[in-house]
This record gives sequence, structure tokens and C-alpha cells, in this order.
Amino acid sequence: MSATAKSPWIIHYDASSCNGCDIEVLACLTPLYDVERFGIINTGNPKHADIFLVTGSVNERNGSVLQQIYSQMPEPKVVIACGVCACTGGIFRECYNTLGGIDKAIPVDVYAPGCAVRPEAIIDAVVVGLGVLEQKRVSLASGTLEEASLPSRLTAADKMVADQTVRASALAETIG
Amino acid sequence: MGQRTVIPFGPQHPVLPEPVHLDLIIEDEKVIEAIPQLGFVHRGLEKLVQKKDYTAFVAVTERICGICSFGHSLGYSQTIEVLMSIEVPRRAEFLRVIWHELSRVHSHLLWLGLLADGFGYENLFMQCWRLRERVLDIFEATTGGRVILSACNVGGVNQDIFDEDLRGIVRVLDGMRGEFGELSKTFFRDRSVQNRLGGVGYLSKEEAQDLCIVGPFARASGVEEDIRSYGYGGYSALASFEPITSKRGDGYARCEVRAREVLQSMDIIAELVDKIPDTPLMTSVKGAPGADSIAVSRLEQPRGECFYYAKGNGTKYLERFRIRTPTSQNIAGMTKTLQGCDLADVPLNVLTIDPCISCTER
Repeated sequence: MSATAKSPWIIHYDASSCNGCDIEVLACLTPLYDVERFGIINTGNPKHADIFLVTGSVNERNGSVLQQIYSQMPEPKVVIACGVCACTGGIFRECYNTLGGIDKAIPVDVYAPGCAVRPEAIIDAVVVGLGVLEQKRVSLASGTLEEASLPSRLTAADKMVADQTVRASALAETIG
Repeated sequence: MGQRTVIPFGPQHPVLPEPVHLDLIIEDEKVIEAIPQLGFVHRGLEKLVQKKDYTAFVAVTERICGICSFGHSLGYSQTIEVLMSIEVPRRAEFLRVIWHELSRVHSHLLWLGLLADGFGYENLFMQCWRLRERVLDIFEATTGGRVILSACNVGGVNQDIFDEDLRGIVRVLDGMRGEFGELSKTFFRDRSVQNRLGGVGYLSKEEAQDLCIVGPFARASGVEEDIRSYGYGGYSALASFEPITSKRGDGYARCEVRAREVLQSMDIIAELVDKIPDTPLMTSVKGAPGADSIAVSRLEQPRGECFYYAKGNGTKYLERFRIRTPTSQNIAGMTKTLQGCDLADVPLNVLTIDPCISCTER
């Protein structure tokens, strides 16, 4: 097992979750479950992260944010969908602003069900994800890892950057 | 005068558990203006009332927000009970308040932890969250869920808590008091905490009233407003209720108000456990809300006043359901406190209002 799989760093993003799964993700990091003793560290920077924990479903606005964070993470990387909303859209599947599970925006490696997902299920999913991470590392080293293509149905990540630049310059103009 | 720059803050930011985007217009190190952008968590669940009937919709309201989940199911049930003139059994009202106050304890402990994390006090963060797990254990023992409780329903509550278990809850809370006292000592006596929070994000009483700020955010600025003092539901049985306020109006005051509210909630639970009557738990609910019937109700969530509106149309499906959440009020105050603050204080400023974006955007 490589060093990466022994001490994976995670990044968490709330897509459009109700907070229920988010506080369970945080509960994993705090004394009762304390995954830090296994070397799992929560980071705020996508460029430092190996595992991407996403809670909640995709809507028109956050799909591009998800793709942005995903594309900033270095290979090899693993995406875990935490909670039933991230898996399929869950109870909000029928809402007008919900497009469905996060696999509509980025490729998902492990699905952790539950509403709200239990910390045990998250830890279990991370352990499964470590296996996937190791496989990907091996194929990256041998040059056979295929780069995932992000669905273009949602706004592409670089378009979002362009939008933000336009918005920032428009703001800069208004403030003089 | 320095050059003005726009710095994007969020939606993904280490200090934010939830996505919110701020365009910070800064000059040197001072924030001139903060322009919030929302919509990352919008699901559109108010419209689901037209697809799920009014009893099934309780499950959806619980998932408006995972932190105040019980409060939202309680608020929705209260509104439907007003709409259909349903009398709720007294024991159910007491149990609702007990669960709701337990939610407040867990929500405030969660926030105190996040605040400690926000100013870099990792140890305090872990200790707050360790203490919070005791409340989640009570939830799990009484309802089976840690986050989503599914205990409240239109007409009453789904589960009972036996009297000996209620006394056990009070014993657990009494045990927590001592440990929480230790934590409070760090929050209130540690000089680094005082230096970090004192004077950060000041909001005067007049500004708080002008901007219609609610909840602990308003009470920390000296506004004596707490919906619990009007005595709805089980709160009417309390001998006395005084809203906890502070006159300082800064981040330190918000921390103080929430810490004292934790102890107040424990007192409320202990008092109600002593007085709880023995009645049935559910009134059976028949029929549907009448055509053009309208009902509103209010509730004190951990983050402040929450306002519910429902309109019936004679069928099992509501015509319209609307919630005005505390954070949607408090965001105005947040942008106000951000004006003129240091760039380094922005994360702390955002944290001290205890934003719940998931409630706000639904």
C-alpha cells in the first residue's frame, strides 16, 4: 500500500445538502469517531486532497462548482457520494431545481447511502475508496489511467471562471 | 486612498460548512462592501407540497435543514394544526418542547465548536463536539436517528419517552453541565478568545432593530425578542421565561448569549420533565385543509424566529407553503457588520451570525 492510501486527505463540499450529512461528515473527524487517528485529515484546499466527499444533490448553480473543485484535485483522486441525495437526489428528486445525484456532474467511485448518512457508513465508504485510490495510483504510474471527461450538460468549469472574471470586472467598474 | 479590489469568498471555503458566496470589495485591508450571492443549496422544496400530501410533507420539512430538523417538522405541524383546528394532546406538546430544546443544545454546541475552529482553537472545537455527541446519543435512544428524528407529526408525536427515560435524560444533561462549565470557562476567561472575539462584528441595538435581526444575533445586541416568551405549546407550562440578552453587540456577546442559552435549555427540559402530564400522544387527523384556509405560526429556532405560512385548497395537497427562516433575516445584518471590518475578520464575522444556508435557500 502506498503512502497516499495510508494517509488520505479529504475535502468536503456541500452541494445542496440539508446539513444533516455535513454534520455527520464533521462528526467523523471529531472525538467519537476520530478518523484522524487513521491519518485521514480534512483539508480546505482541493489541491491537497485525495478524496472528495460530496453531500447533497446537484442543481443548476452548484454543478459547475463541483466540477471546478474536482478538476483542481490532483490524480489519483476518488469521489464519494455521501447520503442518498448525493447518490440519487433522494427526497428532493422531484424538486424543480434538483438535477439528481452528483454523478450527473462528476464521476463517482463510491456511493454511501443513508438519510442522514451514518458516520460508520462514511468511514466504510472511505475505506472502500482507499482500494480504488490504490488501483488508480497503480494505473497512473503505468500510464493507463484515463482522464475522466466531465459531462458538458452543466456549465463547464472554465466557463465558470470566465463568468467570474466578467462579474469581477463588472463589479470593479461599478465601484470605479 | 488605496486601490479597490474584489476578492471572492466561497462557495467552497475551509471555514464554511455550507456554500455561500461573498464578493468582498476591499481597499487595503478593509472591507468596503460585501455582496452576498446565494442559490447554491436551492432545491425548491416549497413547491413539493403540490406533489406530496400534507401528512407526507412532514418528512420533507424535516430535511429543510439537518441541524434544526426537529424544529422545522414542529413548525410545519403547528401550522397545519392551526389550519385544520386540531387540538394537540398535552403530553405531545411537552415532548415536542423537550426534543426541540435538546436540538437547541446540540445546535449551540455545534456552533460553539465551529466558532472555536474559526479562530484556530482546535482543542476547544473537539471538546464542544465531544459534548454534543451526548445529545445525539439521547436522540438515538429516544427516536432511533442521530440527525433526522421523524418524531413529530401532524396531530402529535410518533414516539413516547417513558418517564424513567425522561429522568435519565435530565441526569445526562446534569452530567453535561459540569463539563460545559469547564468549556465556558475557556470561552469566557481565556484571553486569546476574548481578544479574538471582542469588538468583532459590532452591531448596535438600533441597527439590529432596523434590519429586523432575529435570534441570538439580535439578543446579543440587546433586543429582547424571543418567541418562546409568548408561551406557545409546552412553553406555556414554564413558571417563568426570560430571554437571554447582552448589551455588547459583538462576536463575544453572541458567543456568551448562545453559551448561556445552552444552560437555559437544560433548565427548561428539567422543569418540563417534572411537570409532564400523562395523556395520549396523537390526535387522529382526518379530512383535508379547507379551501382558501390560511394559517401562520411562529417558532423560536436555535437561530431565531422562524415564520411558517400555509394555504389549503380543499384537497389533501396544500396550495402554498412558505417559510421565512432566521438566517434570511440575519444575512442583512451580516453584510452590515462586514462593512469596515478587516479582511482577516471576515470568516469570523460570517460565523458569528450562525448562518444556516440550507434553511435560507430551501
